Amino acid sequence: MIPGRPSLTESVLQSPSRLRVTAMRILLTITAVLVLALAAVVGRAEAQHELRGHVDALAIGGFAELEDAIAELAATGHPDAAPVLGMLRDGDLYVQPDGTVVRAERGGAGFLVSDPLTGEDLGEVGRGGVDRIRVNNNIRRAVRGALAGVTLMNPDPQIRYDAARTLSGAPSADMLEPLDAALAKEAVGWVREEMAHARAVIVLEPGSGADESTRIAAVERVAERANRDALVLLNAVAARDEGAVQAAAQDGIAAIERRLVIRDNAQHIWYGISLGSVLLLAAIGLAITFGVMGVINMAHGEMVMIGAYTTFVVQELIRNHAPGLFDASVLIAIPLAFLVAGAIGVAIERGIIRFLYGRPLETLLATWGLALILQQSVRSIFGPTNRQVGNPSWMSGAFDLWGLSITWGRLYIVIFALIVFAGLILLLRYSSFGLKVRAVTQNRRMAASMGIRTPWVDAMTFGLGSGIAGIAGVALSQIDNVSPNLGQGYIIDSFMVVVFGGVGNLWGTLVGAMTLGIVNKFLEPYAGAVLAKILVLVVVILFIQRRPRGLFALRGRAAEA
Amino acid sequence: MSIWKRTSGAIGAGLLAAGLMANPAVADEDPIKIGILHSLSGTMAISETTLKDVMLMLIEDQNEKGGVLGRQLEPVVVDPASDWPLFAERARELIEQEEVAAVFGTWTSVSRKAVLPVFEELNSILFYPVQYEGEESSRNIFYTGAAPNQQAIPAVNYLYEVEGVERWVLAGTDYVYPRTTNRILETYLKDELGVADDDIMINYTPFGHSDWQSIVADIRAFGSAGKKTAVVSTINGDANVPFYRELANQGIDAADIPVVAFSVGEEELAGIDTGPLVGHLAAWNYFMSVYTPENEDFIAKWHEFIGDESRVTNDPMEAHYIGFNMWVQAVEKAGTTDPDEVIDAMIGVAVPNLTGGYAAMMPNHHITKPVLIGEIQADGQFEVVWETPGTIVTDEWSPYLEGSRDLISDWRKPLECGNFNVATGECGGQGS
Repeated sequence: MIPGRPSLTESVLQSPSRLRVTAMRILLTITAVLVLALAAVVGRAEAQHELRGHVDALAIGGFAELEDAIAELAATGHPDAAPVLGMLRDGDLYVQPDGTVVRAERGGAGFLVSDPLTGEDLGEVGRGGVDRIRVNNNIRRAVRGALAGVTLMNPDPQIRYDAARTLSGAPSADMLEPLDAALAKEAVGWVREEMAHARAVIVLEPGSGADESTRIAAVERVAERANRDALVLLNAVAARDEGAVQAAAQDGIAAIERRLVIRDNAQHIWYGISLGSVLLLAAIGLAITFGVMGVINMAHGEMVMIGAYTTFVVQELIRNHAPGLFDASVLIAIPLAFLVAGAIGVAIERGIIRFLYGRPLETLLATWGLALILQQSVRSIFGPTNRQVGNPSWMSGAFDLWGLSITWGRLYIVIFALIVFAGLILLLRYSSFGLKVRAVTQNRRMAASMGIRTPWVDAMTFGLGSGIAGIAGVALSQIDNVSPNLGQGYIIDSFMVVVFGGVGNLWGTLVGAMTLGIVNKFLEPYAGAVLAKILVLVVVILFIQRRPRGLFALRGRAAEA
Repeated sequence: MSIWKRTSGAIGAGLLAAGLMANPAVADEDPIKIGILHSLSGTMAISETTLKDVMLMLIEDQNEKGGVLGRQLEPVVVDPASDWPLFAERARELIEQEEVAAVFGTWTSVSRKAVLPVFEELNSILFYPVQYEGEESSRNIFYTGAAPNQQAIPAVNYLYEVEGVERWVLAGTDYVYPRTTNRILETYLKDELGVADDDIMINYTPFGHSDWQSIVADIRAFGSAGKKTAVVSTINGDANVPFYRELANQGIDAADIPVVAFSVGEEELAGIDTGPLVGHLAAWNYFMSVYTPENEDFIAKWHEFIGDESRVTNDPMEAHYIGFNMWVQAVEKAGTTDPDEVIDAMIGVAVPNLTGGYAAMMPNHHITKPVLIGEIQADGQFEVVWETPGTIVTDEWSPYLEGSRDLISDWRKPLECGNFNVATGECGGQGS
């Protein structure tokens, strides 16, 4: 109508009649857009109406009927099916008395109800107003399988990756077509790799109808994985197929088995280092109080426990007041645990131990009694039951390194133990405080004559050892129970490590802890956990018989201190 | 005059008689003492303290209802400090010095075995509230926990039938309960379900084992043999937290390798983030999440008593609830707290349990129980996915163990025997 399509401002600046026409046009456009949008909404609502029947079917019958309903819902291929299946898996779907399935969350006096398909808020019902759709492991598996088919094209690469992994875990020839379509569109390398693997697994299924060369290529691809799953699959192929495919599978099996032997050993060493680092953390504080100062401190384990409880308190405060900081809770707890356990250590030294220097038997009994008192106090304050200390997200889960499964939590503990160890060595070697500690423990009277306040150094050294035990408690709270008995489990191991490594030598503690850890982990698969522990104890006793001063005995004047 | 004298004499005699009558009545006003023998310190305090609390609550509740036989109940709490010989000493103290009418207590089998001779010698009554390995029946003990056929065997059946498990890991802590249960399960798996030797892996770990890396890796390797695998866990108390954490970290999903546990309840889960554990199972005779009016009432009372809404209830607590109510009923039936009469009156007593049924005391001194299989939920509770249609009677002597196959227990007259051998027809075979 109007050539050149003038812009709105242009038209407004033109004549009044022009203005009216323009206004009409705008109005028309808006109406058109509205009508179109409305049509889209209606269309969408109708499409959901179709799904509605499938969704309501989820609430009919027992687990077997539920499995069928899941398969039918997934078979619609509708984009809204995936979120509903996710809700079902997470146990968020409930059924109302009239048989409609709704999404419900705990809130208010009962449940906040919404429509699972549209998300429309349906208000609030009482606790008995809706019934949860029960899921068990079979249902979770069915949902996982159904979701894998629907989410192969998901925009999130991680979800596509998980879908491909699920498909290789439960291969079915029906999935070949969607998988090929997904592969053709996939641009992310690591997701592509996983999809290609899933495709190879499916091709090897009997009845996939693939030709020989495709199958041989698939065998080779699977063999590259060299893990136990691949081994199982190739074993099945070798037993089922003939000719070239069978030969390829047998070659693959031999190669995988060779690599598995190496990997198993690497895994044992890693587990050993990880166990060793836990022993190191538990023992390193004792290496100071027992090793350097010569105090037989039976309450050492309780210092570890106090550190763990400090972590619990920090996490509780963060949960209640600043939930956003939860991931940092462990880092915040480290200095606090050091201070709390260290302060208690100083109090113990000033209050009890300083009166007992030179009387090892009395020290042993006094500190053992103290350990019982500390345990029972914690039991009275926090209760006898386990306390929940959560893992921050960065310490959860595992990753694969050359086929080794390494858990993040354990990796951080190994690194943390080494940092604590290095820090302690540096402190004792290079700081003025470290110099005083060494002077006092090597020759107390000489040090005193040089003007060092030996009682103060004693208290601080004991505080340092206790504080480090507290730090160990933060790390142990991530892998063990936080209960009043936490310390008891580590006290014997700690003494064993310190005595085995050589009393008074921190490097000995490091080597001792790692050796015991690795030996334990190599024995475990052959002898079982119980016998392995006993064997290690016997070996250590025999070793101490031969070398009473441990691995790294102090020599010269220092040894006489 | 003489009439007056006689009358006054009669009144005097009447008063005297009334006085004499009143005396035993005064004695009846003395409270009945109930012994509570649970560790409040040491390793077992973690589990047993709760049971002490629940007993105090039950006694307080009964006193509000007017006590038993018109007399109030008085709890006598002692602390055996997780020390087995001390259990026997404390039990003797409760029976001889405190003269308690019955004792509720002990958790581990070794502590029960330690007090058993004391109860038999002094002829008193013990209520034992924890699931155990069976193979025992004493005249003086009432077992209100489950035996393996009321927990382990139904759980294995569930995994076999519903989840289609073909390969089994039997993992346990190294002591009598896991060892006996696993022996029973091994025989059951081989004889009844036809499982091959290669498809069973048995693993024991020390108490408080905290480094599960290798064992979880082994389980994963064992589970990747192309057959559906499950772990049957008799791992005890404290070792469970690091075990489940390692499972979660190594990414063992319940949909791939489910773990069914017999020693993990609501209380144990309170120390773990259960988000990654959803779908792992436990078999018990009670779950806090079971919705019945009795259970709602029990939970509300417990929260009010303990003053903490976040505290959970668990299976051994229900066992004490049942045991205590049974004792109350038996005492009212016998009209006395005399142990011999109460022991006789106990058999046949039936009280409601908390899951909507009835528990009956059988002649073998064990009770009937429903078996529930629950899956762990993200909120630390269990959701029941399967349950027995009715209650199950205890096989206190397991038919799957050599040497106990022919034994039965029946404490009714005239048999009155805890280990009657039906093959030889004599009382006194194996066991106690």
